[in-house]
Amino acid sequence: MKHIKTINKANLKNTAAKGGCGNCQASCQSACKTSCTVANQKCEKDA
Amino acid sequence: MSVNFMIHCFRLKGFNIVLDVHTGGVHIVDDITYEMLENISLPLDDDCKKEVIEKLKCKYTTDELEECFDEIVELYNDGILFSEDDYEKFADYAVASPVKAMCVHIAHDCNLRCKYCFASTGDFGEGRKLMDLDTGKAAIDFLLEKSGDRKNLELDFFGGEPLMNFDVVKEIVKYARSKEKEFGKTFRFTITTNGLLLSDDKIDFINKEMSNVVLSIDGRKEVNDRMRVRVDGSGSYDSIIDKYKALVSKRDKSKDYYVRGTYTKYNLDFSNDVIHLYECGFDQVSVEPVMGNEKESYAITEDDMDKIYEEYDILVDKLSEIKEKGGFCNFFHFMLDLNQGPCAIKRLRGCGSGNEYVAVTPDGDIYPCHQFVGIEKFKMGNLHEKTFNMDIKNMFAKTHIYAKDDCKVCWAKFYCSGGCNANNYIYEGDILKAHKLSCKIQRKRLECAILMNIKKELEKQL
Repeated sequence: MKHIKTINKANLKNTAAKGGCGNCQASCQSACKTSCTVANQKCEKDA
Repeated sequence: MSVNFMIHCFRLKGFNIVLDVHTGGVHIVDDITYEMLENISLPLDDDCKKEVIEKLKCKYTTDELEECFDEIVELYNDGILFSEDDYEKFADYAVASPVKAMCVHIAHDCNLRCKYCFASTGDFGEGRKLMDLDTGKAAIDFLLEKSGDRKNLELDFFGGEPLMNFDVVKEIVKYARSKEKEFGKTFRFTITTNGLLLSDDKIDFINKEMSNVVLSIDGRKEVNDRMRVRVDGSGSYDSIIDKYKALVSKRDKSKDYYVRGTYTKYNLDFSNDVIHLYECGFDQVSVEPVMGNEKESYAITEDDMDKIYEEYDILVDKLSEIKEKGGFCNFFHFMLDLNQGPCAIKRLRGCGSGNEYVAVTPDGDIYPCHQFVGIEKFKMGNLHEKTFNMDIKNMFAKTHIYAKDDCKVCWAKFYCSGGCNANNYIYEGDILKAHKLSCKIQRKRLECAILMNIKKELEKQL
């Protein structure tokens, strides 16, 4: 494409069907404690 | 724009960035495409094409505009631009989950009197006390019992100041480890400390047993010592900085740590604090906005927003400069993996407070999270009385983004996942009502985080 460059896999929808295993870290357990940022957690499915 | 599709367009540091909210797709576009996207609405049919070309032909040629339009249509057909919001059905699955994470208030006492402390200088308004070992063991038993099939259990020693009750911390860790094999679980411990009582022995124990350690410090000495003071009013910086350096230098690189600060109205130039911590030798840094009553002189208010936005932009430049010089500094709120972040279900459900995450006090009282401690209506039960209110748990299980009116129409919904329920309640009066000031800061941080990751991806492609 000449005008648009896509940067990533844009795969969020694919993760919905098989997601929700619950193995990833609770989001407030890292360094926040006064805010909430979920998207910076790692997926730990099957980990 | 209909909420069934959503894009977020923003310009930052010379990049025109377009986020397709529902796929997480990130695109960079040229000026002409950016303007077209600002002037376009679905359906992308002949009328739409005609209309937008008519509107922009005074600035660009028809050939260029047609080319752009066709590229937009191509991405739309590929499902990565103007993609539909078909997540709400998953929100129905937001039911009570196993409890797998716990904030253990090992000490409702503190040897600092930080002026912005949300825990009423350590005791959460409930009187100064330390957790005994029986309560600590009961907390472990509770987690083992309530965690169902979750293998990884997280336990954060929090306070007050946890090092004031470190012998009990060590015994709780020992007890939990003794149960891991029998129950098929792995405990991941975190400790959050102000550092004053750190000693070589404690550092060794923390580095051995804690998968994460959060070291509180606000940055530059004068900034830290203005807010983080002892009972006698003296600053804490000089007593902790070398201890933190020692802890980090001895720590296994595979384990996490953060030096974590709070910025207030007094240091809205907080990028200098991030850089100060980096220059002290720390490469994992979190510096966050203070949360507090607007009437407090240190509180961040609406009037500070422009300066805060500017400061995050400055921080982007400073972190980029570090990288260009071959250095590395990970800023917690710019962490984002555009390709492999958490699944959509996790993002829908939010932080998990009151559902998969709870806090327990020295008395064994259970609350949805550390920030709800002391608010009677949110008390969920007690470890010793073996009570646990499932109504409150079910209520928190439903605090997903589609239950929050402000969130479901926000482009940042899959990144902050509905924000902090406690801040929502404390500052807006309702766990489902987004705390506006937090949202503004969060959105700015996310734009910066997306930019930093675009740069990273582009470098990979070189």
